[in-house]
Amino acid sequence: MFVINCPYCGERDQSEFSCGGEAHIVRPKQPTELSDDEWAEYLFMRKNIKGVQFERWNHAHGCRKWFNMVRDTSNDKIHAVYKMGEKPPVI
Amino acid sequence: MNKYRINKTRFVDQTKTVSFTFDGKKYHGFEGDTLASALLSNGIHLIGRSFKYHRPRGIMSCGSEEPNAICQINDNTDLTEPNVRATEIELYEGLKAFSQNCWPSLNFDIGGINNLISPFIPAGFYYKTFMWPKSFWKKIYEPLIRLSAGLGKSPTQPDPDIYDHKHEHCDVLVIGGGISGIISAKIAAKNNLKTILIEDKNILGGSTIYQNNKNFIIDNQKSNEWLMNEISELEKLDNLIIKTRTSLAAFHNYNYLLAKENISDHLPLDKKNGSIRQRLWKIRADKVIVAAGAIERPLIFNNNDRPGIILANSVKKYLDFYGVSTGLNNIIFTNNDSAYETAVSLFEKGISVKIVDIRKKSSSNIVKNAEDLGIKIYWNSTVVNTFGYKKIKSIEIMNLSEDGSNVTGNKHKIQCDCLSISGGWTPMVHMHTQSGGKLDFREIDQVFVPNEKSENHINVGSCNGDFELEEIVKNTNYKVKKFLNINEGGFDKISVLCSKESEKKNIWLLPNTISESKTKSFIDFQNDSTAKDIKLALREGFKSIEHVKRYTTTGMATDQGKLSNMHALGIIADTAGVKMGTLGTTTFRPPFTPLTFGAIVGRSVGKFFDIVRKTSIHEWHVQNNAKFENVGQWKRPWYYPINNENLHEAVQRESKAARDSAGILDASTLGKIDIQGTDASEFLNRVYTNAWSKLGIGKCRYGLMLNEDGMVYDDGVTTRLGENHYLMTTTTGGAANVLSKLEDYLQTEWPELDVYLTSVTDHYSTASICGPNSKKILNKLFPNKDFSDEAFPHMSYQDAIIDKIECRIMRISFTGELSYEINVESKYGKSLWENCIAAGEEYKITPYGTETMHLLRAEKGFIIVGQDTDGTMTPIDLQMDWIVSKKKYDFIGKRSLYRSDTMREDRKQLVGLLTDDPNEILEEGAQIVSELDKKPVEMIGHVTSSYFSPNLNKSIALAVVKGGKKMNGQKLFVPMENKNINVTVSDFIFFDKENKRINA
Repeated sequence: MFVINCPYCGERDQSEFSCGGEAHIVRPKQPTELSDDEWAEYLFMRKNIKGVQFERWNHAHGCRKWFNMVRDTSNDKIHAVYKMGEKPPVI
Repeated sequence: MNKYRINKTRFVDQTKTVSFTFDGKKYHGFEGDTLASALLSNGIHLIGRSFKYHRPRGIMSCGSEEPNAICQINDNTDLTEPNVRATEIELYEGLKAFSQNCWPSLNFDIGGINNLISPFIPAGFYYKTFMWPKSFWKKIYEPLIRLSAGLGKSPTQPDPDIYDHKHEHCDVLVIGGGISGIISAKIAAKNNLKTILIEDKNILGGSTIYQNNKNFIIDNQKSNEWLMNEISELEKLDNLIIKTRTSLAAFHNYNYLLAKENISDHLPLDKKNGSIRQRLWKIRADKVIVAAGAIERPLIFNNNDRPGIILANSVKKYLDFYGVSTGLNNIIFTNNDSAYETAVSLFEKGISVKIVDIRKKSSSNIVKNAEDLGIKIYWNSTVVNTFGYKKIKSIEIMNLSEDGSNVTGNKHKIQCDCLSISGGWTPMVHMHTQSGGKLDFREIDQVFVPNEKSENHINVGSCNGDFELEEIVKNTNYKVKKFLNINEGGFDKISVLCSKESEKKNIWLLPNTISESKTKSFIDFQNDSTAKDIKLALREGFKSIEHVKRYTTTGMATDQGKLSNMHALGIIADTAGVKMGTLGTTTFRPPFTPLTFGAIVGRSVGKFFDIVRKTSIHEWHVQNNAKFENVGQWKRPWYYPINNENLHEAVQRESKAARDSAGILDASTLGKIDIQGTDASEFLNRVYTNAWSKLGIGKCRYGLMLNEDGMVYDDGVTTRLGENHYLMTTTTGGAANVLSKLEDYLQTEWPELDVYLTSVTDHYSTASICGPNSKKILNKLFPNKDFSDEAFPHMSYQDAIIDKIECRIMRISFTGELSYEINVESKYGKSLWENCIAAGEEYKITPYGTETMHLLRAEKGFIIVGQDTDGTMTPIDLQMDWIVSKKKYDFIGKRSLYRSDTMREDRKQLVGLLTDDPNEILEEGAQIVSELDKKPVEMIGHVTSSYFSPNLNKSIALAVVKGGKKMNGQKLFVPMENKNINVTVSDFIFFDKENKRINA
């Protein structure tokens, strides 16, 4: 059970949040021009890293805002949280 | 006075007698006793029978590690509790305890025959034996095994006790109230940190509280007396919460911990009533100090499981804490110095004691103390056998060879009535590893110790591998100060004198003259697994410790292998010839000791189990005899039986009435999302498959929402209330997910869109009136309004006033009938509903529930997302191509509709099914086949919705069938358990194909 520092609300219990998977996967602007393989790459392919991972989180039972989080999956240490649209920090 | 109560102590009040029963017989103990100490004071060692061989077993320890002395407590069908450790339950007036796993009685147990045939039931016996003939499994083997499996009896009635949860925050949490925990808590609390100290026993002090030997001196006092003063000092501190009878269950990351407090388990029956039984603490601590202590190890030798064989330090606790002697003729069998404290203590109480030590010598003070008293010590010796069926009577010892791998010389028999064993100590690293910490193996005394990397928790005392009193006190003081950034600990100038252990020797499996296959050297006492079983598993090819554990069941009993895991590892390492540190350990999983289900669920039982959502009209439904159905958290009227109608009869009547005259449905539960903003139309274009830009203000449109993978996600009607204002409806169950999905796209993919979403599901109540007479009813309700098709056409909305209350009327239909949905603020929902019922009375308006709604829409072939779809259906599969815009450049899921997989023609597609016998109703979920004789049977689809239609007077069904689009008219089969049902594929619109009734 992490304590997550929501960029809008501050520190809250993990039970208020839900994880939305890998971050910084941008929906293609022109999906129709992609091949099946390229579309599948966007749609299905996700990394599952042991180590530092960039993730999307949603303060579902709070401000309902989505934000990004950098977490080390091997020890659950949270390195950074930052708002959507902000540049990812260098870890 | 009990024969074995030979000592007076301050922990047991011998003026207060407590009576209890064991297996129906009445006994006496005293306030402060545990069930185990009270039984021992009455000379009772035999507590139960072992799981597999039904061997007599007795009390072996004095704490949570107890593998043998587990009892059934209480004989009420609702309060009875199995597998309670006699060593942990505090004695109370009226306690009823029963032995387990024996029949017909503890003293004469038929299952004991398993002990005689034990050579034939080695590890893996069940896996190997009950394999064939295959047909025997279900009827013969399984029922037989189930009869003999399991320990104790479960309660058969609901638990009447109250359980509680509580959240707590603190600066420092100290786990364990032994000497190192007390020092830690005092340092923390004295430095203005909000501190909680939890201890699973009823009083603080750990094992030092009964350490009364002259060789252990702190500040010129015996260690137990020094600690007693420290505890009374501690109790005066303001910012320290001391929680006794509270055991740590789990240590999660970010210092989130669960602890269970026993509140009334120890109270007499008449005082328990109405009290909370247990409380689960959910603690978030800034810093955690683990001072969990260590568990004494047994020794592994032949027949090491007899009643009367007890861990040496437990023998000392029974003597010096409870005042109970575990025997009057004691032998101590040890590989280390700590057991000598027990020996000296027994000797001082006048109890006969001898020592068998596997070491060749030891020159420490405590050993010298024992030698000076004249206690007989058999050096370099080991026990090779024990005798006595229900209680130990004697042992045989032999000398060890030079390297300790063999025995030499003659057997020597010694009489005894108690054998105290000590194989050294195992630090309780459970908490450390639960929190994610790793372990190091320390060769010198063969223990796993914490490898400390965390900034937010430390381990102190013997759970950190510090076993000598001086290192415990000094290291704890030093570590805690550093951890909490404190300069002055208060224990900096303390003087500690203690006996120091210089000789250490560890033999995991002690040698014997007879071959291993003929010995019973128990490792896991509760699960009856022996050294022989572990070696067998290794011979059979199991290498990983996790596999050996599961194959032999070592460490898998209710004690979770607290006494057995290290020996299993040691024997595996020795046998395989590898270093123990390289083997790793099995995983230490929470809870540390078993938790009751009650403590886990707390108050969330009965009506508090889950949130119940009711519409504002709910009360009317109840008064009108509605049967309810759970849809998500909502209670929805399912059907309204009249005069003992069953579901079928009520639904037939309701369905007929809705099409013949008028029906009314509470549609308040549909999800409603208010959408505003200058880009609202563009937003809808992107989330729905069809086009929205040209929808006029005041018009409604049905929309289908896909996932990015092209599969149908949700559907509903959305109304344009204004230029930049829409009201979206979703399915009842999908509302929350749809909102969060829409928010996701808005916030992350399209932040440039000016759109705001608000959930208004609970804000409006909806009465949906349908049927040929619905227009007349609306006219009565709203006499000033023009309901002509020209003024108020299908798929449009208008504002209206009823009883001065504003409402929105949507002319939309989910039944195919002329239909209106009236929305008002929720607080007026019930009065609106009652007005509708009153206005409809002359047309026999019939309230109908979800079942009729489903039937009516199925007649029309309208899908229900989640019933006719399952996350693998595209709109094309559903034959809803008409709703997928070809012109729009993009919408969620569009690209996926022409992936090679979604374009396959043999995908499951929505069809109608008609049974050849019109009275035969198919079962929803039933499989569909095209060829009955083909083997294996190829299942080409399944039934998704099925009803008997009163309006068509025949059975109808919706189904998904591979390539179903092209199968119209084809004969298929639905094989059931006893028969095959013949069906024909049909159009899935069964009723009013021309859609005439919508404007009837």
